[in-house]
Amino acid sequence: MSPMEQTRFAYGEALLELGQERSDIVVLDADLYNSTRTVLFGKAFPERFLDLGIAEADMVSTGAGLAASGLVAFCNSFAMFLTGRCYDQIRIQVAYPSLNVKLAGSSAGLTQGPDGASHQSLEDVALMRILPHMTVLVPADDVETKQATKAAAAHQGPVYLRLGRYPTPTISPEGYQFQIGKGVELRPGRDIAIIACGIMVAKALEAAELLAKQGLQARVINMASVKPLDRALVEQAGREAKLVVTAEEHSIIGGLGSAVAEVLAEGNYAPLWRIGTRDEFGQSASADELLDHYGLTGPKVAAQIAAAWAKLG
Amino acid sequence: MADAATVDRLEHLAAQMRYHIVTMMGANKVHHFGGSLSATDLVTALYFYKMRYDPKNPAWPERDRFIMSKGHSVPAQYVALAMKGVLSVEELPTLKQLGARLQGHPAMHLTPGLEGCTGSLGQGLSYANGMALAGLITRRDYHVYCLIGDGELDEGQNWEAAMTSATECLHNVTAIVDRNGLKAMDTTKCGRITPPLAERWAAYGWAVREIDGHDMGQICDALDWATSVYDGPQVIIARTVKGKGISFTENQAAFHNSAVTPEQYATALAEIKAKLARWEGSPA
Repeated sequence: MSPMEQTRFAYGEALLELGQERSDIVVLDADLYNSTRTVLFGKAFPERFLDLGIAEADMVSTGAGLAASGLVAFCNSFAMFLTGRCYDQIRIQVAYPSLNVKLAGSSAGLTQGPDGASHQSLEDVALMRILPHMTVLVPADDVETKQATKAAAAHQGPVYLRLGRYPTPTISPEGYQFQIGKGVELRPGRDIAIIACGIMVAKALEAAELLAKQGLQARVINMASVKPLDRALVEQAGREAKLVVTAEEHSIIGGLGSAVAEVLAEGNYAPLWRIGTRDEFGQSASADELLDHYGLTGPKVAAQIAAAWAKLG
Repeated sequence: MADAATVDRLEHLAAQMRYHIVTMMGANKVHHFGGSLSATDLVTALYFYKMRYDPKNPAWPERDRFIMSKGHSVPAQYVALAMKGVLSVEELPTLKQLGARLQGHPAMHLTPGLEGCTGSLGQGLSYANGMALAGLITRRDYHVYCLIGDGELDEGQNWEAAMTSATECLHNVTAIVDRNGLKAMDTTKCGRITPPLAERWAAYGWAVREIDGHDMGQICDALDWATSVYDGPQVIIARTVKGKGISFTENQAAFHNSAVTPEQYATALAEIKAKLARWEGSPA
């Protein structure tokens, strides 16, 4: 197994590289720069870095003003505060005029861990996905996070980038090139297609191994680009597999599972089973305890898929 | 310092602004009369006296910026932009019509000359700070003006932004408070909180000046004062009258967002025309 890394670390490194490559990148934080890893950029480029203090709404609106003046503004906070607290600012000042603001939601999902439901974003992808003009990226590992960060900077318009603090292995293949709007197959399989994003891609690969031992061949697709979704790849998976499964560290309401369901519901495709948190909040515990409790470990994902497969009849 | 002739020219322009605001809104249609008319003299002075602005090139990077944080008063800005030639006077009556560029609240991506999107109150000053910071980062010597309603100051983000302007020493930001004392439903909180509004801004680290927001000489002087302050942000607290310039809309919260009857419309036009008669025969 490759070394484990948290995607927020890869993001911090990518941001530093972007600062070296481009003079129009500015970075804003809201008193979390050590955690969000914007500290690297801030130390290297203090004249293009601003910590606005514990004022996330002010940060997002300030970022919009910077972007309207020709700069590319990266706004950083924990995913839940950034998307929940600042939804109105993002909607009107960033998404509506399609400004070049990049929103990096750090410590996303259940694996934020001990801080509990207030800090665990299980709705952030849903909130950002329904906004017109918004691009939503949920990279799966360090390699993809670096590329997605660069792609976000190069993209004209607002981007939400979801980052985590859960150590996850590098699963991107050698020579991988991330593209906004494209998913990638990591493992072939004719029976089941698992479409996953973020840390759940590694868990899906683990589940596919376990399912193979039971004689079930599961294809695994990394769908880091939740919006725009790779519709053609989802349709192909829905035609070729007998069961489609989505896996995300997010509510099954409004996230990747919903995005895939919206495609599959409009045609004659395989049935869909969504894996994620249900209609519920998180709670305090360690990241691994939480993944186990909410059914998001490799073995628990495999068990849920096997149960859904058995019901197909 | 604005001389008497300049003040007279600006008062004439402000009267024309009010004429266009009323005619673009018309009778029997619900519009934001009150806030647009209370802000008219301030907006006139910004576009026709103070701001460095090229109507032929509204995207000029060195231009001064104006953010209408109280987005519902954007009709006053549409009229200024039309009188500047960025928009056309003929387009004004399309306000809020299906497919029109003139939305009910500012949409910068639709309307030439608008600098930002507002409408949800309390967000403009943060945005103005961002533009001002960009000016410092890109070494462009422009100034950013942000018009905020006193009712809008209920929104807490204003005070987050006020701290940012002060801690970042944004001398290129001027906030203008359109202090008409009325909100959509009732009087604003401004007069009911101690310490007084000016002291609150001062406590946040702002240079403060209070003026009569309908006295063109005072407005011009205050704007010139603002750009002479080099060590931090400035706020001009402009005492205004909501619905200013039409007798029956003045100081009436009821005309925050409502329609005038055809009879009221005729009265309003007659009053504005009587005011304009002062300049009959003089060039626009």
